[in-house]
Formats: sequence, structure tokens, C-alpha cells
Amino acid sequence: MQIIIFSVALISIIALIIGIFLGVSSEIFKVKVDEKVAKVRECLPGNNCGGCGYAGCDALAEAIAKGEAAVNQCPVGGANVAAKISEIMGVVADESVKMVAFVHCDGTCVNANKVYEYNGTKDCRLAASLPNAGEKKCSYACLGYGTCVEACKFDAIHIIDGVAKVDEEKCVACKACIKACPMKVIGLVLYKKEHKVVCSNRDKGKMAMDACKVSCIACGMCEKTCKKDAINVVGNLAIMNFDKCDDCGDCATKCPRKCIS
Amino acid sequence: MEYIVIIVSAALISNVVLSRFLGICAFLGVSNKVDTAKGMGVAVIFVILMATAVTFGINTMFLEKSGIFGLDLTYLQTIAFILVIACLVQFLEMFLKKFIPSLYKALGIYLPLITTNCAVLGVALTVAQDYSNFPKGMIYALGTSVGFCIAIVLLASIREKLEGNDIPESFKGKPIVLIIACLMAIAFTGFSNLNIG
Repeated sequence: MQIIIFSVALISIIALIIGIFLGVSSEIFKVKVDEKVAKVRECLPGNNCGGCGYAGCDALAEAIAKGEAAVNQCPVGGANVAAKISEIMGVVADESVKMVAFVHCDGTCVNANKVYEYNGTKDCRLAASLPNAGEKKCSYACLGYGTCVEACKFDAIHIIDGVAKVDEEKCVACKACIKACPMKVIGLVLYKKEHKVVCSNRDKGKMAMDACKVSCIACGMCEKTCKKDAINVVGNLAIMNFDKCDDCGDCATKCPRKCIS
Repeated sequence: MEYIVIIVSAALISNVVLSRFLGICAFLGVSNKVDTAKGMGVAVIFVILMATAVTFGINTMFLEKSGIFGLDLTYLQTIAFILVIACLVQFLEMFLKKFIPSLYKALGIYLPLITTNCAVLGVALTVAQDYSNFPKGMIYALGTSVGFCIAIVLLASIREKLEGNDIPESFKGKPIVLIIACLMAIAFTGFSNLNIG
């Protein structure tokens, strides 16, 4: 009997000492947490996608609370979250325009010509380092091995017919695919915009024409057609200026290559 | 010389993970990246050394028959030691949160899990049972924890190389890691023929 009491007492004493030690050291090592950080963090979606340019939602919350980041920095949450955060921070948020990712290439299996057959590992980063940047004749094309699909945490980009396609409804413009794409064919465009340049080819007319059925040959027809000066041929490729464009679609109907959709 | 023999045999010949199969949870769980594996290895070294020092004191002073109470209380080893280990891990967590927050974030959930890392309790119990000499016990603890660190960093570097390789569908994820760990264990049996001292 005595030994039972003794062992119980011994363990209790050890536990008591440990408890006191931990209690004291938790006071000594106290980390001051800014109330704002916790509140802002609660509003953020918590995907940790890194689209804001910070390491994750925690890091962004800290940056916002310190005033280093804008209240509408989170691309996933959009205007809704920005409004909540600006309430906490007491700052007025600017209207943030919804953007989505867009693949500037339509080099599908039918459209794009191939120069050779590639049977190696299905990874764009690897294929991009091959001669001619992949099997497609166009060396600016989407390779279609799905490195962007892997990068996307929102199931918003898929390979359809050899080319990546973005689901506008699911896309949150976190830019993960843009960073992942070795060919740099993905960019941000306005949500629900109907007319976009669907080509990234910067080769001259003849070469571009041989490479793909829907390539931009830099003929300049769109530039001449546009009344708003919203589309320009820069470096053998038509580039749209979303600030000026009113989505009239004249350039798309005039384009001889049908590379403006 | 004797100390070197203890270190080499604890770190390589009877490696805590690869030949005694202790601490597998953290070994498989935190070996995604070399950086976090290093952090985990160092945290485990720290916890094992501290825990062994404290538990050695408790064991010789209170629990053994030669201690101040004159009673054989060695059956309390497990519960007393686990208390000490849990306390040290809590303390380490507070310390890292205050002074090295980046490592604290990188270790995440695995930091509190060191409490249940059986390598820590395993070393404390082995030292309590087999070593009556304090410096030797500490050297043994150092060797074992360094062995853990070596094993987890090796596995993490192999796993980093594995990324982007064409692994059969059924082996993706944990199965291939278990196979790697198995091959590493086979490789480490080669050390058992090492003749030192």
C-alpha cells in the first residue's frame, strides 16, 4: 500500500514541477500576436495558393496588418474579402477587377503541325528544353503535358485536345499556372471577355503560317480594323490592350487566321 | 576512443531508424524536403539530449533502488519519462515560436509529434537500463540522435530526386517511400561488419 501512495506522489510531484516550469516559461516566451492579424487571417480563404505573392494566407494576413500589402491583395477572395478586410483595417478598398488566367494558344492536335514524335516523360518543363521547344512545329505553343494542371489548386485548368484550357468560373487568378508554364503562353485576361488573341507565336508570317493553322502571322489587319487603337502588333504578335478594348469583335471577324476568338 | 566507438555504433551500426525501427512516423512524415528534414533532425537531437539528461537524473536519483528513497521504482520509468519528454517538447515549441518562427512554421504539426516519436523514449529507456555512467549515456544519446538526423536527411534527399520520375501508379506516394526506406535499411546492415576499436 505504502509503495502505491509513494509512486503516485512521486509522479504527481514531477508533474507539478513540470507544470510550474511550463507555466513560467510560457510567460517568458510569450509572443505578442497582433489582433488584426488573426482577424484578417479569418477573412482570407485559406487556400495558401501564393497568388498574392506571399508565402501563404498567414504571411499575407501579417503583411496586411502591418500595412505592407493592399487590403485587396488576395486574388482568390476578390471584392468580397477585400471589403471585409478593409473594414477591419479601416481603409477604403479600391474596386478590384476580376481577372482570370487564359492560355494564348490554340495549337490543338488538328491545328498544330508536328516536327517529330515525342514519347518521353509527360512534363512541359522537360519537353520545353528539347530542340524546337517540344514536338509542335511552333516553338511558342502550349505543349499540353499538364504542368499547369498540376500547379492549379482549384481544378480550373485542364488539357483538352492537346492544349490547356482554363475554366473561367473556377479560376481565381492566383497565377500558379502562369508561374509553372515554361512556354509563358498563359496570361491574365478580364473575366467574361469574349475576344482575346489566342496565339503566342512571334515568328514572321511564313514561318508562323507553316507551324499552325490558327497562328498569328502579324499581318496587322486587326490593328487597321480597330477603331479604339486597342490592338497592336508588337514583335510579330497581336497584343490586346484591355483598357481600351470595348469587346466589339471587329478584329475577330477580320482576322484572316481566326486567331482572335 | 571508447566514446567514438559508442557514437559510431549508435549512429551507423545500430541506427535508430534503419536497424531498430524507432521513430518511423517522423522519418516518413517530414522527409519531403531536405530543409525541413534538417530542422526536424536538429529538433530531435535537441529533445533527445535534453530528455536523456533529465531522465537520467530522475532515474538515478528517484527511481532506482540506490536512489534517495531506497525503493525499486523502475516500473515508473515509462510514465515519468514521457512526462519529461512532453514537457521538453512544449518548451521547445515555445522557444522556437519566439526565436526561430520560420523553423516553427516549417515543422508545423510534426513538432508536437516529437512527443510521440518513440526514438526519444527509446533512447531514454535504453540509457536508463544499459548505462550507469552519465557521460557515456549522453554520448550514446548524441550518437543515436545524430543517426536519426542522418537517416531522415538521406531519405529526404532521395525523395527530392524522386520528384518528376516516372513511378508506376500503384507505387506513387508512400509505397515508394517505404521501399526506399527498406533499401536504405539493407544498405545500413553493411555497417554491422564494421570493425572498430
